[in-house]
Amino acid sequence: MEFKNLKLSKKTTLFIWVIIIAFIIAAPSILPVFRLNLLGRYLSLAIVALGVDLIWGFTGLLSLGQGIFFALGGYCAAMYLQITSSSEFPNNIPEFFGLYGVDNLPFFWEPFRSPIFSLFAIWVIPALVAGMLGFLVFRNRIKGVYFSILTQAALLVFFNFFNGQQKLINGTNGLKTDVTVLYGQMVGSESMQRMFFWITALLVIAAWFFSKWVVKGRFGNILIGIRDDEPRVRFTGYNPVLFKTIIFSIAGGLAGISGALYTVQSGIVSPQFMTVPFSIEMVIWVAVGGRGTLLGAILGAVFINYAKSLVSEALPASWMFIQGGLFILVVTALPEGVLGWIQGEGPRNMLQRFGLKRKIETYPSLEIKNKTEGLKNE
Amino acid sequence: MELLLDSLFNGVAIGSVLLVAALGLAIVFGLMGVINLAHGELMMLGAYTTYVTQLIFKLPVLKPYYNAYVIVSIFFAFIVSGVVGILLEKTVIRKLYGSPLETLLATWGVSLILQQFVRSVPLAYGTGLVISLIIGLFLPTVFPLKVKESIYFKYVKFSSWIFAALAGVLSGSLISSSVSKLSRASARNVDVTAPAWMRGQVEILGTAFPKTRLMIIIITLISVVSITLFLNQSAWGMRIRAVTQNREMSDCLGISTEKVDVLTFGIGSGLAGVAGVAVSLLGSVGPNVGGNYIVGCFMVVVLGGVGNLLGTILASFGIGIMTDLIGAGRLLSIWPEMPLPISNTINFFATTSMARVMIFALIVIFLQFKPTGLFPQKGRMVES
Repeated sequence: MEFKNLKLSKKTTLFIWVIIIAFIIAAPSILPVFRLNLLGRYLSLAIVALGVDLIWGFTGLLSLGQGIFFALGGYCAAMYLQITSSSEFPNNIPEFFGLYGVDNLPFFWEPFRSPIFSLFAIWVIPALVAGMLGFLVFRNRIKGVYFSILTQAALLVFFNFFNGQQKLINGTNGLKTDVTVLYGQMVGSESMQRMFFWITALLVIAAWFFSKWVVKGRFGNILIGIRDDEPRVRFTGYNPVLFKTIIFSIAGGLAGISGALYTVQSGIVSPQFMTVPFSIEMVIWVAVGGRGTLLGAILGAVFINYAKSLVSEALPASWMFIQGGLFILVVTALPEGVLGWIQGEGPRNMLQRFGLKRKIETYPSLEIKNKTEGLKNE
Repeated sequence: MELLLDSLFNGVAIGSVLLVAALGLAIVFGLMGVINLAHGELMMLGAYTTYVTQLIFKLPVLKPYYNAYVIVSIFFAFIVSGVVGILLEKTVIRKLYGSPLETLLATWGVSLILQQFVRSVPLAYGTGLVISLIIGLFLPTVFPLKVKESIYFKYVKFSSWIFAALAGVLSGSLISSSVSKLSRASARNVDVTAPAWMRGQVEILGTAFPKTRLMIIIITLISVVSITLFLNQSAWGMRIRAVTQNREMSDCLGISTEKVDVLTFGIGSGLAGVAGVAVSLLGSVGPNVGGNYIVGCFMVVVLGGVGNLLGTILASFGIGIMTDLIGAGRLLSIWPEMPLPISNTINFFATTSMARVMIFALIVIFLQFKPTGLFPQKGRMVES
């Protein structure tokens, strides 16, 4: 369970950020609307990947249930949109209730009439659910694989619940958002989608700064301590339960925001967001990008999803093979992810293997000393 | 009384499917610490093996023995899933011992590949591939020790793999030419029809029980008894237990831990195949059939306590009976005059999917009191 704490050099980070921001600014003018919409969706997935990186890469908690919080955020957004544009339907309630003969709005829909409540609900409700679930599990020192299994089971439970409740939240059909109206415009319309793209792009950057702030300083050190040796953290006088619960609910909140953004851009939220494969995919984005790097999570989420859509368009059957191979490859050959590999000894080792750029370090201690001195001089 | 018996039988039937599915997982997870998310897909392979065996037994040559195909397919399924499991161990899992989270991700990748493999490769050639794997893995082991220890053994191994590949291609094309249903790839679900002697119902104590359910209970019983005997009575079983308790010490005493790992994983995977036969008798077989069981299996293992067969048995029957009690709303018929709020709550949970919700909540509540399951492993480590 030990791996290096990966740190990107300032230059690399800046370079990658310049590319990302330039791309985001250029995207709306060079990409067709369909592709832009896809990019927006994948950027929103980057936010949930950041959350996964916080809990897995930094704290060592592998959650296979992030789909719960993702979908909860999506449902909160969709419920608000449905209810604001329900005035033309009988009883002033969303259309689908009529199909099941429901005349009164279920009680938990009521608060979603308020836009401010909804705006908070999108991230507060998932964070609260995550905090509660996390507290119950962490309190008993259930960790490692048991935690993963329990989160997966919780995911299945939520899926079953949302899937079965036709009369409360339209069950397996989900809630549509693309035909709803927000501030006089259709949510599915082109101008709205462009706006959502900008909001997503801004929120990704904000979420990155936020995550950076969270893992920096003493709080982040304790998280890394929990990842590397939890009993030692406990014996030093810290209470890991508190820290784990806090970081798990932060990740839940990020997942909620991500889910809401994804929902408005894909036009529907349904229990399909809570299927087991989707939540495990979130982990692989982070694993491929490089866990514990934050930036790797963003890049992994965007690039893997883009590759997925391109490959599935060309060869529908082959994506499962590629994805399966990716899981195995990343775990066995690239445990630190692509960014970690680039930052570490990866490229040099590869060049050496091909007989290029051979460099033998006879006295590693001296080499390190030189390097540190060089840094000081700079 | 009749109602209680009915409920008990249904619970045991649900529980026995869970048990036979979780048994292999309990061994792999409990003894080796490997989270095998591909366990469901190994079950799926077992179910497809049943289907292929059924179609092969419909050929004119084997038609007279058609009634016995279920029993034959239990052995086939054990071997097929076991061999795929051994291959998995030798290629991927061996590198990942000691890091369960990594095995979880890698085996998920394997499960995706297996699902897509079943969808896009014709079953006949899939069978051929499995046959060549079986030959390739086992042919080198039959040579006498003198040959094995010679420096030319690698050539023997290589040529036996070539032979295996040829045999696989031949058998694959033979099957695809003689059974037309197996010659094309399809993602559609297939159906296994039980032979005549397994259809219908039996009456026990005035209640009718479907025969397939009884068959599954029998399969489960045989699996549990034989695995218990194997682990507790045989020499290899003792080696497996020794390696579980103290790997380094067993290694020092001359037990080949590598062989033990392969064997343990092979048996665990083989049991998944047997579970696949049971699952194929219950409903149609598709690439996703294993995914429906995997989470339930893990819940059984967590609830029962790791590395304890008795815990696994109790947990699966407990979950089975609770599922039946809640899912079918039987509490209502046992106690009809209960207050309205309680009966409303029970009605709310009286579907199969909502019963799962309730069961999960109960398990989480249970784990608040006993975090390490029914029968925890004793130890004084800080970590445990």
